[in-house]
Amino acid sequence: MDVFGSFALILAFICAVYAFGGGIAAIVTRHPLLVKSTRQAGIATCCLIFIATFSLEYLFFSDNFSAAYVVAHSNRALATFYKVAALWAGQEGSLLFWSFLLAIYVFSVLIAYRNKNGELMPYVGVILAGVQIFFLTLNNFVASPFKALAVPGANGAMDLVARTDGNGLTPLLQYPEMVIHPPNLYSGYTGFTIPFAFALAALLARYPGEKWIHLTRKWTMIAWCFQTAGILLGAHWAYAVLGWGGYWGWDPVENASLLPWLTGTAFLHSVMMQEKRGMMKVWNVWLVFSTFILCILGTFLTRSGVVSSVHAFAQSSIGSWFVGFLIVIFTVCLAAYLKNRDYLKSENQLDAIVSRESSFLFNNLILLVSCIAVLSGTLFPVLSEAVSGSKINVGAPFFNKVNIPIGLFLLFLTGVGPLLAWRKTSVESLKRNFAWPLIIGLVAGAVIFALGCREIYSLICFSLCFFVTATIVMEFYRGAKVIRVRSSASYLTSAIELTMRNTRRYGGYIVHMGMVLVFIGLAGAAFNQNVQKEMQPGSSMQLGKYKLVLQSFDSKPEANYTGLRLNVEVFVDNKPLMMLYPERRIFETNGETGTMVAIYSTLREDLYVVYAGQSPDTKLPVIHAYLNPLVKWIWFGGVIVVFGTLVALLPNRRAVLVLSGAKQSAPEPLVHGMTPSVTYREGHD
Amino acid sequence: MKKQAKFGVGISVIVVSLACLAWLGYGESKTYYHTIAELQSLKGAELSHRMRVGGTVAAGSIRRFTGRVDFVLEGEGKSLPVSYVGSDPLPDTFVDKSQALVEGRPTDGRFVAEVVQAKCASKYEAAPGRTVATSSTATR
Repeated sequence: MDVFGSFALILAFICAVYAFGGGIAAIVTRHPLLVKSTRQAGIATCCLIFIATFSLEYLFFSDNFSAAYVVAHSNRALATFYKVAALWAGQEGSLLFWSFLLAIYVFSVLIAYRNKNGELMPYVGVILAGVQIFFLTLNNFVASPFKALAVPGANGAMDLVARTDGNGLTPLLQYPEMVIHPPNLYSGYTGFTIPFAFALAALLARYPGEKWIHLTRKWTMIAWCFQTAGILLGAHWAYAVLGWGGYWGWDPVENASLLPWLTGTAFLHSVMMQEKRGMMKVWNVWLVFSTFILCILGTFLTRSGVVSSVHAFAQSSIGSWFVGFLIVIFTVCLAAYLKNRDYLKSENQLDAIVSRESSFLFNNLILLVSCIAVLSGTLFPVLSEAVSGSKINVGAPFFNKVNIPIGLFLLFLTGVGPLLAWRKTSVESLKRNFAWPLIIGLVAGAVIFALGCREIYSLICFSLCFFVTATIVMEFYRGAKVIRVRSSASYLTSAIELTMRNTRRYGGYIVHMGMVLVFIGLAGAAFNQNVQKEMQPGSSMQLGKYKLVLQSFDSKPEANYTGLRLNVEVFVDNKPLMMLYPERRIFETNGETGTMVAIYSTLREDLYVVYAGQSPDTKLPVIHAYLNPLVKWIWFGGVIVVFGTLVALLPNRRAVLVLSGAKQSAPEPLVHGMTPSVTYREGHD
Repeated sequence: MKKQAKFGVGISVIVVSLACLAWLGYGESKTYYHTIAELQSLKGAELSHRMRVGGTVAAGSIRRFTGRVDFVLEGEGKSLPVSYVGSDPLPDTFVDKSQALVEGRPTDGRFVAEVVQAKCASKYEAAPGRTVATSSTATR
């Protein structure tokens, strides 16, 4: 099966080379047979990658310990769903997994558009094939997952070895989120290849602007949704498993996932400028290029070890391949841009500072500043060593100092932007739209101040959250009211109908609402408390309103680990609330330990209890308990963001014109403060 | 043009204020990285900087006391005694022969560390010159 898999992989490489070379010939000669065969080759590449991936998974499931990769990451005792996840536990397998997910996207694109966009698709096919060739090169020649296990033999030749059992999966990875976080995050990273391919193809083919933007937007939203989910799942995993009480450490690998998210978010917004007013074309094209480049840079940072991180590992020569690929991508993008930039000329100019265009402009500006700041901070050791010879690292204070104000400004724009008109907003419209939300925001801030909060950033954050929520609710209310007038349905039904008629806009508002919830959750971090104490059975510790009493501790052997468990009872006002079981696991195969945090999570706060270890003198357990306010809002907000994106991806429900009786369909609700303009086009999908 | 100027001012204000914050944050958190060998050749002001040092935890050297954990870090043939005085529990990956990164300051021949990060010892020891499939844990 491993021979079968590696054979499929090399065939995939050959098909990709044909799809690339033949594809270029197809563009030049326009021969229909070339066009068709290169598209088929592209599809075949994907299918062969699927086969190779399934072969590797089969090796895991059949406990085939003659394969080096299986030995390294699995053992007989490993639970089945972790055997699935072991595919992406190491370098070679995760690179194959990357190719696999990319192949799903490429397959979907090639099939979906096989009879459409005939001018554009040959270019798209070539670009996608090019990217696939790079990853297939790594899969086949640099980091093959199908290597057989061998040791040097007597006369210098390698002797095959068959082990009876493997080394098992690292304990830190034996957690449900190992099964969902990498697939989501990788689907985000690989997904951004599609908008990149369309943008570059459109530039090379001089394809009409509105059409490629339209295609690109949907795929970008899909990739962005996965990236958001992937980032939040990673944060949640770090929170629940590592036991340090936090969810984001500004670690280089974490930052690597955030960078394309920032430019991707900027693109999703500035794209509206291009659609409505034909502006920002050059900017958009470079945003898409940058997003893709940052994805490749991100995986380079993770795999090369060029910056030290708790995630990224040993120095490896694979980094130079990625650097080479980055140089090639950048060169191609720059060449395409220089050749065809006249095709990207703007149709309109910015009219006024108080307009929706300018709010998008500021949105893009600060997202980009954040991206540059995070990138510089992450790469600082490399840059400083090149410049001054000493490696200097910057930590959380740097990233937080810059990104917190940026986040707050973004939050502000989230409330303000959608209510400003295109081109120029009148003072009347400003007063009408912002009076209530402003009052609500200020009152909320005052109330929270009165309740004892003195942290300035948290105060601003909470006020803005209320402000933005008020603007979003107002948008739904006004729109629903118009529909309700004609259909006499409830507000809720009207709001749903409203959303379904313009999914992109109202789905977007739902996403904004989700982000507001995430910000509320993040603001809670300013009020974290923690306490650490050595405990014996019967002793107690107090944290906030919770009293924790250690009742007993025991040790429980399981399939592939021994669990050292503490039985902690939690009291509130001397009334028993619940039991918590913080645990340390000792894994048999490699002697490693893992921490299982016990979390009691409410909307108000998380009680987070860790079995920190044993006191060296007395051998008594040490408990580290944290009180983290509002953390649940982050995860909940994340779910809303994903839901909103899915809504925004749905096609619009058309308003039906019913001619019978007096009942008529409601007209499209008017957008407020809109000054009619010649180039006004309301977004329809 | 007037509106260009307004935009220009707005953009500059944002960028400059963020640059100031970035500078402050940099000052607060900058940490130098040195190898154990370099540590011995540092002098004067450099010794009082916050710094990070990487190495491998010498087998059998981990000793736990109340409020402190002592161990020896080895690298490039040199060794460095370290005392970890932070309040957070040491990571689960901190065991004999793991690669560790300590952050703190050198004091009186020892290194006083406030933060310790550790990576898993490689599961696959690649003998020099051979390319056996190496794996690193949790690589994405």
